[in-house]
Amino acid sequence: MASLVGSRVERKEDKKLLTGRGKYTADVTFAHQTYAYFVRSPHARAQLKNVDISKAEKASGVVAVLTGKDIANDKIGGLIAGWRIKSEDGSDMKVPAHPPLANESVNYVGDHVAVVIAESLDEARNAAELVKVDYKILKAVVKTDKAMDSESIYKDIPKNLCFDWLLGDRAKTQEAFDKADKIIKIDLINNRLIPNAMEPRAANADYNPSTEEITLYTTSQNPHLARIIISAFNGVAPENKLRVIAPDVGGGFGSKIYPYAEEVVCSWASKKIERPVKWVADRTESFLSDCHGRDHVTHAELAVKNDGTFLGFKNETIANLGAYASVFGTVTPTYLFGPCATGVYKMPAAYSNVKAVFTNTAPVDAYRGAGRPEATYTIETLVEKAARELGMDPAEIRMKNFPTEFPFQQTLVHSVDSGDYNAGLKKAMEVGDYKGFEARKKESESKGKLRGVGFCSYFEACGIAPSAVVMSLGCGIGLWESAEVRFNPTGNVTVFTGSHSHGQGHDTTFAQIAADRLGVPLENIEISHGDTDKGPFGYGTYGSRSLTVGGTAIVKACDKIVAKGKKVAAKMLEVNESDVEFKDGEFIVAKSNQKKTIGEVAFACYLPGTYGEVKSPLPEGEEPGLKETSFFDPGNFSFPAGSHICEVEVDPDTGNTEVVKYTAVDDFGTIINPLIVEGQVHGGLAQGIGQALYENCHYDDTGQLVTASYMDYTMPRADNFPEFNLGFTCTPATSNPLGTKGCGEAGAIAAPPAVMNAVMNAVGTEVSMPATAEKVWKACQKMNKSNSKAA
Amino acid sequence: MKTFNYHSTKDVKEATKLASSSSAFLAGGMTTLPSMKLGLASYKDIIDIKRIKKLSGIKVSSKTVTIGATTKHAEVAHSKEVKKAIPSLAALAEGIGDPQVRNRGTIGGSIANNDPSADYPSACIALNATIHTNNRKVSADKFFTGMFETSLKKGELIEAVEFQVPEKSCYKKYPNPASRYAIVGVYVAKHKGGVNVGVTGAKSCVYNDENISGALSKSFSSSALDNVKISSSGMNSDVHASADYRANMVKIFAKKAVEAC
Repeated sequence: MASLVGSRVERKEDKKLLTGRGKYTADVTFAHQTYAYFVRSPHARAQLKNVDISKAEKASGVVAVLTGKDIANDKIGGLIAGWRIKSEDGSDMKVPAHPPLANESVNYVGDHVAVVIAESLDEARNAAELVKVDYKILKAVVKTDKAMDSESIYKDIPKNLCFDWLLGDRAKTQEAFDKADKIIKIDLINNRLIPNAMEPRAANADYNPSTEEITLYTTSQNPHLARIIISAFNGVAPENKLRVIAPDVGGGFGSKIYPYAEEVVCSWASKKIERPVKWVADRTESFLSDCHGRDHVTHAELAVKNDGTFLGFKNETIANLGAYASVFGTVTPTYLFGPCATGVYKMPAAYSNVKAVFTNTAPVDAYRGAGRPEATYTIETLVEKAARELGMDPAEIRMKNFPTEFPFQQTLVHSVDSGDYNAGLKKAMEVGDYKGFEARKKESESKGKLRGVGFCSYFEACGIAPSAVVMSLGCGIGLWESAEVRFNPTGNVTVFTGSHSHGQGHDTTFAQIAADRLGVPLENIEISHGDTDKGPFGYGTYGSRSLTVGGTAIVKACDKIVAKGKKVAAKMLEVNESDVEFKDGEFIVAKSNQKKTIGEVAFACYLPGTYGEVKSPLPEGEEPGLKETSFFDPGNFSFPAGSHICEVEVDPDTGNTEVVKYTAVDDFGTIINPLIVEGQVHGGLAQGIGQALYENCHYDDTGQLVTASYMDYTMPRADNFPEFNLGFTCTPATSNPLGTKGCGEAGAIAAPPAVMNAVMNAVGTEVSMPATAEKVWKACQKMNKSNSKAA
Repeated sequence: MKTFNYHSTKDVKEATKLASSSSAFLAGGMTTLPSMKLGLASYKDIIDIKRIKKLSGIKVSSKTVTIGATTKHAEVAHSKEVKKAIPSLAALAEGIGDPQVRNRGTIGGSIANNDPSADYPSACIALNATIHTNNRKVSADKFFTGMFETSLKKGELIEAVEFQVPEKSCYKKYPNPASRYAIVGVYVAKHKGGVNVGVTGAKSCVYNDENISGALSKSFSSSALDNVKISSSGMNSDVHASADYRANMVKIFAKKAVEAC
């Protein structure tokens, strides 16, 4: 049987999703359904003096109006920060209380003040206009780099500083800098982004007063985590009385890893009114209240020798957490950022210092790549600047500093198990025809355009796991993954995974793995996820972890099935277990033509006896049934790496910048499904190029979100991209038996520096992200570049 | 969305009779409906005029192109007659919004709304358009009076827009990367009697840039604009483009338009 691993199997889930037969949270409506509409703060910072609900309560169709006082009276816990970070001085991070409905103050535009629940959405929305809120408006703290000099938003958090974190050795780094021939310095802004999943967030909670159970449908990347948080921290219902279902989910990009106020409020309110409560965000609410991404202000320095050898690296960053510390808000700018900031290089000494600040903006949390795009942007623009200042080729300076021996102990944390960075960069230069760049540049010039080329070599730590490691760094949860492989009596298979698919294609990839391992046809395998009542506990999907961690759990469970199957087959064939081999779905007696298929063995496990023609007594002591569970906690992260080369064309008269050629060569270890992996790379590149050229979340000085709709927030579109040139190299991961490394975040990590380095190469001076037409035009004016033909 | 009364009529007289101070005519609904959904606008009566036959269609003569008010952008974009008589007008229509908008949105709706960044108003200015309403004819330079404002009176209904066929013309725009409305759009048209330059996106209302049209009337070439100075005073400034950038782009896009004529 040909191996399915490595083949371009078309996505099994696409037919359903593309023909409108998916089932999303908004599609779920219960009998006796009610609808929730949230009253949100129009101010970035204000004291709540009074919330008058008397008129709203009497409005047509209104079932209940609930406020922060009600939620406090019911002792519902606040939203949590899931990762505890300590400051350089050893003190704990400082976080403000984050009640699901505000009680004393509101701290960003969109913050939750009250919820109106009515028989219809229109009635809820109309009644919400009747809730009279008396705000005492306070001066908002908005800008990341000004937060520490502004008035404290929370009285017990001086300078709005959550923590001042250090990784690495300042003294040792300074020694390295003292020996440098040259110090390259850079100041960067990593622009704030709004995730914009295609499906807005939604929740529908149904409390059954007879059983005291809540069923919560929600748009989650991680339903098990939602259940434990809503149970253990918010205290809405015990875990055994809370079932969380994340059905089809239309994209998350990190913004749906954890529960928000709305899920907590809908679950609590459903219990209170004893009716189901449904909330679906409109697009404006998504812009205002989904957690945002990035938002760093960084000063970084690289110490180099004249021959291009790197000696040391300093990274001083201010990270904006928004108004509250969100679940992964504190780990994103620390352990997901700092270690990777030395890039893919041998760096004898380094440190990353991050000051995380609160501002009156929406909370900031993980967004595709989470910390690693920020790290890669920092080091890769710095390295390119070093090449410029030393007069070296950008590829040459990189190769000079690549490690060549693996495992490679990276400067700050990671022990990278495998890789071949030179091979990746060489292949990227080949696939992208780097040699032909000068000719293409001349051709662009003949059309009055400036052409630039930019490199990015990256590595990242993903496959987010080793529980022991992440917990030692402050993580409040373990990060292993689970799988249950269940043979049905007729020989087909259902695989339950604790991870969750919201665009990644698990239904296909995971089925390929199980089909290969069990020798069962692909179409006989269903993947089930997203329901806490069905499969075992798991930790969901983010951090490019599902395949390396969750996929391995499936492999292990399949192996347990085969081990039991061998025993059963041996009994059926009346031979010793040691004489039975398993291959391509068949248990074969060595050197004979005697065999049983895995389907026959499964059937026997469910009919363990003799009945008519069925003769399948189980071995003594063997339990009936064929179902195995496995939990996998790897010993290390996985470390995908690669080199991307971007070419842009700039119209000097308008500043309009187009990506005209893009080459990505990635090492994702073993690839299970190239079609899906290429799709993941394309999507990541779209988001990465989006950050570099288009997307920008903009708050004005009073904390109003200016870019709160698609009229002003620039999403990249298909016509913004060329055909991408993709290539792959492969050094299998050693931390999981599949040899896989994560691929979901690579594009979003590598593209911003590749694009920005190309823009800077084209115009000859630094431009900040996003490189909008006006910024690039101004840079061209400064460098006196214009199209002589038109100007 | 607040509830409203929906009327659909086949007759202009009936439509105007139904109009009141709290009504709106509905053609493509590309602005009206989103505004209502977002709660930015609400009306007691919505008067659907799409079924009024005489409001739709394209008539071309040697001197004019007349487009009915409810004619969709896609119909103008794909009209062989328009492409032949004023190719730049068909190209402008092809560049409005996206396919969904072009298959719903209408020319009458666009100019009645007079969005400062809409494309059609610049064509009206450049092509000496006459706007035919149910009771009068208004020249384009008197029709567009301010941001989202026109000289239409309450209950007055646009029936058609009559464009003058120029000797040559071209429309070039720099679209807002988010909304794809014009950050700056410049419509240059050379007529026997002189040159018109309709500029949209740059200021609060479409206007004829007399500095540029003056220079081009003397010499219709992009180099004629080399020494023209465009002031940023009165130009729009927002997160996408400053007034200074817009002022510079008015000249750049005028040049691009002239070169492409």
